[in-house]
Amino acid sequence: MEIVISSYCRIKNNALIVNGKSIQLAKQDSAAFFLAETYKILGLNYPKFHKMDGLCKLGLLATEAALQNSGFLERHTLDKIGILMANKASSLETDRVHQQSISDKEKYLPSPSVFVYTLPNIVIGEIAIKHKITGENAFFVEPSFNTNLMLQQNNLMLKQSEVSAVISGWVDFDNGHMDALIYLAEIADDSIKKLNFKPLNEELLKQLYQ
Amino acid sequence: MPEVFTSYNNIISPLGFTTKDNYSALLNNQSGIRSKSFGKQNDLFCLAAIDDNRINEASLNSGINSNYTKLESLSILSIKDVLAQSGISLKNKNTLLIYSTTKGNVDLLENSKPSIPNERTYLSKMAEAIGNYFEAVNSPLVVSNACISGLLAIIVAKRMISEGLYENIIVCGGDLVTEFTVSGFKSFNALSNSLCKPFDARRDGINLGEAVSTILITGNKNHLSANSAQILSGASANDANHISGPSRNGDGLLLAIQRTFAQHKHILPDTINAHGTATPYNDEMESIAFERAGLTQIPVNSLKGYYGHTLGAAGVLETVIALEAAHHNQLIKSAGFTEHGVSGKISVINEHKKTTIDTVLKTASGFGGCNAAALFAKL
Repeated sequence: MEIVISSYCRIKNNALIVNGKSIQLAKQDSAAFFLAETYKILGLNYPKFHKMDGLCKLGLLATEAALQNSGFLERHTLDKIGILMANKASSLETDRVHQQSISDKEKYLPSPSVFVYTLPNIVIGEIAIKHKITGENAFFVEPSFNTNLMLQQNNLMLKQSEVSAVISGWVDFDNGHMDALIYLAEIADDSIKKLNFKPLNEELLKQLYQ
Repeated sequence: MPEVFTSYNNIISPLGFTTKDNYSALLNNQSGIRSKSFGKQNDLFCLAAIDDNRINEASLNSGINSNYTKLESLSILSIKDVLAQSGISLKNKNTLLIYSTTKGNVDLLENSKPSIPNERTYLSKMAEAIGNYFEAVNSPLVVSNACISGLLAIIVAKRMISEGLYENIIVCGGDLVTEFTVSGFKSFNALSNSLCKPFDARRDGINLGEAVSTILITGNKNHLSANSAQILSGASANDANHISGPSRNGDGLLLAIQRTFAQHKHILPDTINAHGTATPYNDEMESIAFERAGLTQIPVNSLKGYYGHTLGAAGVLETVIALEAAHHNQLIKSAGFTEHGVSGKISVINEHKKTTIDTVLKTASGFGGCNAAALFAKL
């Protein structure tokens, strides 16, 4: 089984790169400012975005950027698309906000709209909801971006479940620092082979993550 | 595709520190859930918490020192039991540890300890500390996918072994009852003030519980236990509905079940161990999915009335109990259930009963719209 990458998006040091093209240049702005600006640049009109925590915003925007003009959603039926993600900090960025809200006995104000984001796989849910994607899901937590694990789990999901493509990647948000690589992995059947996408391998993933 | 099996296992919960003790407690209708005051507000909650003295005593007896958190200590105790029973070692490069959790050492955010570095709030650092205790040669893999984490970890393990990546995978699932989760679920109005009542007409929310459970998943028939089962298949699905509410018609869970049976259409499971959290929406959704899957006559239970909702441990713990019960051809009463209270036609087990069990369906659902199912066959 051959697996190819049809599109990718990299967000690092407040810069946005889509398929090798720099869309937004690195600036010293806050993560919140960068995410708001990216939302505008991608031309999104999705009010739910504004309720999300940083991790979900980051993952959703990186996914949108990778999907735009990729033809991915036209090539695969929604129940045959898996979403597989990993990161280092899980949902710690929002965990700290929830913890702060319950740290003082006198000002004890836990909020359901914060608490719901204290799970890392909510980002998978947000992407699934936006596009009505109902394939397989998995979220892994690793010490750092691990090309080996990503390739292995892409391969297993494509080989041993019904999905024909996987929205995959690394989406980490920790202490205001963002780090994401989202890529679209597809089984290269005859029709996809004609599109001449690059084969998914360790070298390519390392290069994209650099 | 090579066959993959469940094998030796352990449960550490308020009901005991071994699978055997837990199983006997269920047959004696014991529940680990108690009403107690908890947290800074000293409110009364129904929770299933493990006695701290018992944890300290067991840790001391096993030589686990203060360099480990509560969850790490419990996990080490649980994994130790499975390694001792099976004779398997994490020092072997053919063996991997997969850890399933939602919140890990989240209690460190509130009470940091001098003997434990703060970085252990990171799930991979926690898993690494547990792995290092056993001198694991492979870095542990962490699955954190809300309340399907445990079952998903078993499915991932099955796929990895099928592919020949490892011979044995130790799947350990664990989560604690913390002020973090209790306050969060309370803010959602999701907590019941009494014993939770899965699938019952008067169900009004969950009880949180803490537990650690470990199961060996193996491709090697020499490592089978008396209660081993084959993992026939497993799958996940997203319902793409809402991040904190399941689809009303059970679409996501139905998809996970359909995918699980795709290659096993001739099998009708003998029993189902459901997720059954006892929230109004979850149980309603599950009942509709089971009915739509044609499972109306299959005896179904939820174990939440015994353990509460143990989050990242639930999928592992409940699989262990479901397979132990199958081994004894025993249906276990769905604790807290008296009056049918869901619109889907399902057959909730209302008393302990002997029967013949060959196949078991286990399901789970969670925040983020995730659902999982797995099908097991006794050997």
